[in-house]
Amino acid sequence: MGFFRQVFVVAGKDLRAELRTKEAINASFAFALVILLLFSFAFDPQSDLTKAISGGLLWIVFAFAGTLILNRSFARELPNDCLDALVAAPLSGAALFLGKCCANFVLVLAVELVSLPVFGIFYDVKWTQQFWELMLVVVLGTWGLTIIGTIFSALTVNIRLREVMLPMLTYPILVPALMGAMQLTTDLVAGTPIGPESVTWLKMLIGFDIVYTAISLALVDTVLVG
Amino acid sequence: MSAVAVEGVWKFYGDYPALRDIRLEAEPGACLALIGRNGAGKTTLLRIIAGFSRPGRGQVRISGLEPRETETRRRIGFIGHGISVYDELSALENLTLFARLYGLADPARTAAEWLERTGLERVKNGLVREFSRGMRQRLAVARAFLHEPSVLLLDEPFTALDDRAIAVLQTLLRDALAAGKTIVMSTHQLREALELASHVALLTRGQVAFHGPRTPEMVADPGYVYARYGEG
Repeated sequence: MGFFRQVFVVAGKDLRAELRTKEAINASFAFALVILLLFSFAFDPQSDLTKAISGGLLWIVFAFAGTLILNRSFARELPNDCLDALVAAPLSGAALFLGKCCANFVLVLAVELVSLPVFGIFYDVKWTQQFWELMLVVVLGTWGLTIIGTIFSALTVNIRLREVMLPMLTYPILVPALMGAMQLTTDLVAGTPIGPESVTWLKMLIGFDIVYTAISLALVDTVLVG
Repeated sequence: MSAVAVEGVWKFYGDYPALRDIRLEAEPGACLALIGRNGAGKTTLLRIIAGFSRPGRGQVRISGLEPRETETRRRIGFIGHGISVYDELSALENLTLFARLYGLADPARTAAEWLERTGLERVKNGLVREFSRGMRQRLAVARAFLHEPSVLLLDEPFTALDDRAIAVLQTLLRDALAAGKTIVMSTHQLREALELASHVALLTRGQVAFHGPRTPEMVADPGYVYARYGEG
């Protein structure tokens, strides 16, 4: 079976299992809504300051809510020792990892896309002004979050305090990607398209995704087989 | 060439050597019963043979190949302590998933055949989380066998099985041996294991205390190996 077919099979399995239980996606979406609501109490939606930090607020919500989904990624394999069966199967660690990344990406993106209109309402932000450019940033930022979160989900799967360890390991490494995504999102929801000043952030976001995808694919076999 | 060759394998957990210079071989068609007290290193050794864990020193060869090679993994069937099937998926979905991962030609047909062989065809669309323990175990057996592995690695395969699952597993193991496949199994169920075994290895504190052909004395008295070669 080809590499991408293996990726597709693993991603399909994870999505099917998650959609049957809806454990992670429901928790993640509820968490995103609660944080958006609480932040809207803390910041005046009409003030310029709120507009200036809106991208940051949004990506903090995405990062926190996304972690709930990413935590479940390899933890889902623990009951019944399912990870053993996947590691025993003749698929590469890279295909297994990429399959899980794809499933996580779809789930995290779904939560984000549902959260965006809520964000627009609570913070009085016209987030659709640069819709396609914003979608590009959301996709790139989400892929970075997913790659880092999934590799650390694999690394921490057998640790007792993995729910605590995953965000502690993930967020520091995500800083460059989050900075880029926050900066670009703030500009885009304010109606400013990506221009010569902000394109550097976009390049950094793309570079981050490429570099960490390559590093994760190279390391995943070592992570999975102790 | 040996089907399974363990050559001077050591495994350390920190400074503690869980396995010490293990040397074992199983020829094609052999059934090697790994016996030993709890903590002797049976599961650790089986996981290294299966490629789930790397040895600290030494090496394992499956038909001359590294355990982690893709071709080797196609040849290995593993049953561990867990059933290694997904509670959220149906029996048919589980087997179809693994048939796809093993690259079998017709995953759905293979899955249906194994559900029939293990007596689960009636509940093929039921979610595994709704299954009884015995049904889950039979599904685990089907999952391990469906790609027709030539080397079967079984960790405590008879533990907590119901009568029907034991019968299914024993039939499959006898068929596998008749077909020239190799079995390495760790077990505390000496009577069931020694009936099938052609060879026995006794592990004591991470070392091989005995390795040789099964003898009539062992079948007559399952405690014989422990009394003769173990720590009593």
